[in-house]
Amino acid sequence: MLSGFMTDTWIVATAVAVVAGVVGFFTVVRGSSFVAHAIPVGAFAGAAGASLIGVSTLVGLGVFGAGGAVAIALLGRRSRHDVATALALVVMLGLGALFLGMSTEYAPEIYALLFGEVLGIGANEVGPTLALASLSLLVIAAVYRPLLVSSVLEVSSRSRTRRSSAMELVFLLVVAIVTTMAVPVVGTLLIFTLMVAPAGAARLLADRPHRAILLSVAIAVVTVWISIAASYLTNWPVGFFVGVGGAVAYALARIGSSWIGPHARLDRATS
Amino acid sequence: MADFVSLVFAPGFFESGPVASAVVAGGVVAAVSAVVGVFTVMRGQSFAGHALSDMGTTGGSGAFLVGVSPLWGFVTVSVVAVAAMELIGIRRPRGRDVATGIVFGAALGLAALFLYWDTTVRNASGAAMTILFGSLFTVSSSTVPIVVVLAAASLALVLVLFRPLLLASTSSDLASARGVPVRLVGIGYLLAMALAVSLSAYTIGAILSTALLVGPAATAARLTKSPLSAMLCATALGVVAVLAGIVLAYDSYGWPPVGHGWPVSFFVVTLIFVFYVLAGIPRRWRSGHTGTDLSTTDAPRRAHLVHGLVGKR
Repeated sequence: MLSGFMTDTWIVATAVAVVAGVVGFFTVVRGSSFVAHAIPVGAFAGAAGASLIGVSTLVGLGVFGAGGAVAIALLGRRSRHDVATALALVVMLGLGALFLGMSTEYAPEIYALLFGEVLGIGANEVGPTLALASLSLLVIAAVYRPLLVSSVLEVSSRSRTRRSSAMELVFLLVVAIVTTMAVPVVGTLLIFTLMVAPAGAARLLADRPHRAILLSVAIAVVTVWISIAASYLTNWPVGFFVGVGGAVAYALARIGSSWIGPHARLDRATS
Repeated sequence: MADFVSLVFAPGFFESGPVASAVVAGGVVAAVSAVVGVFTVMRGQSFAGHALSDMGTTGGSGAFLVGVSPLWGFVTVSVVAVAAMELIGIRRPRGRDVATGIVFGAALGLAALFLYWDTTVRNASGAAMTILFGSLFTVSSSTVPIVVVLAAASLALVLVLFRPLLLASTSSDLASARGVPVRLVGIGYLLAMALAVSLSAYTIGAILSTALLVGPAATAARLTKSPLSAMLCATALGVVAVLAGIVLAYDSYGWPPVGHGWPVSFFVVTLIFVFYVLAGIPRRWRSGHTGTDLSTTDAPRRAHLVHGLVGKR
């Protein structure tokens, strides 16, 4: 499990977990689970398109992820957010159906894209993953305060200023970056679990944003490590352990927080 | 005239068995999804709707594993998922998002495992693809009656709940003040949605399921003023999109790359999206006026709706 060829897997997976934990905090505060699901799944269509024209999968994921982010931000200005997200998702998947209909991809490769294939992570993926991870962490660090403020305000007042829609776009683009780097590890269908469950659990236990972010990162990293180890031992898909592990972490946090006392302070401030 | 007909409908369209099944199943699913979808859009539950259709994968793959009909897997999983979401806290708008996400994630994780077992133990791959991208043309004629019956059940549930549901969806405070069991009505509605959505995911795939649930209803909400006309308008839009999509997909067998055919989901989704964008255009002309949107969060508009509802009692 700790042998040479697994080293790259551990590095990539840890980077993905750290970034997903940080981004996940904002996902949960903004109530954007649907977006965190829609962008990766829509980006799956990009991967299918990339294999059709013979480009790298990462390029397809990146282009469709970013395109989806922009589309959701644009559509979301004039209508309900969940409606805009749903429409962007189905349009991207419609294109994906078209690409898949024309290509001759084998089912196992598509399955790996959907549910992840950690054993297939090679040394050439470490560089791009670390670069994308640092990029998304830098972006979040740069806009940390305004992003936090807009995330909290978005919920309480539903007011949409120019500034908050700019923050919206930044957040969506960061989700697109996470998508691009996380696909080899957990697959398009389960990336959002890594962004929602650890952060949801952390928010139940910690009241201050910093603490919640650190806790969310810690839970995400532990979940991913356990998942990879378990997947290595059983040969079952990583996605299973990540999805169920996230739910278990959340359930434990629910039990824990009911001992600590009713809702954390941040929760009270935002609702 | 005959030339025009043969230009639109490629030869053999009206004689084809798969086309007939697709027209019936697609039309029924589109109509029911549109009616159910009007409430989905009003209540802001698109995520739950999409999650329920995707979670069908878990039921379908699990049922395949134990050797039962996938349909039972779909129905069981969606009912269990509704209960789990309700238990975690789908009532508060904030908790709802996370609750849906976590149940959805756990279910997809299980789906990954079941599909893995399906491929290793039972040697059947590509089940996930069928669920996600399933095609209208693969609907077998024997499933059509089941689709019709279950769709009718979902429609009946929504119609029985209609008035309390409408009041609870526009103003849950007022509804509970008037003695409407808001929580129970919410669960009832989720069950109706689960039934409609998992059915359509089973027959025509999750993409089309979500598209037909949200797209026509959101378009209708932009065009009409009352819930009832929104339902009629959404039904018409959904059925037209599905029928036009079927015609186009049938015609596309003659398009490049020859003999391959473009997927029907692609056409239906594109048409629905075009309708939605077009419906937004008139509103841009009437600058500053947003009052016709049923899904609005605008307080005066909601108050007006609620007034109309309560006044009629």
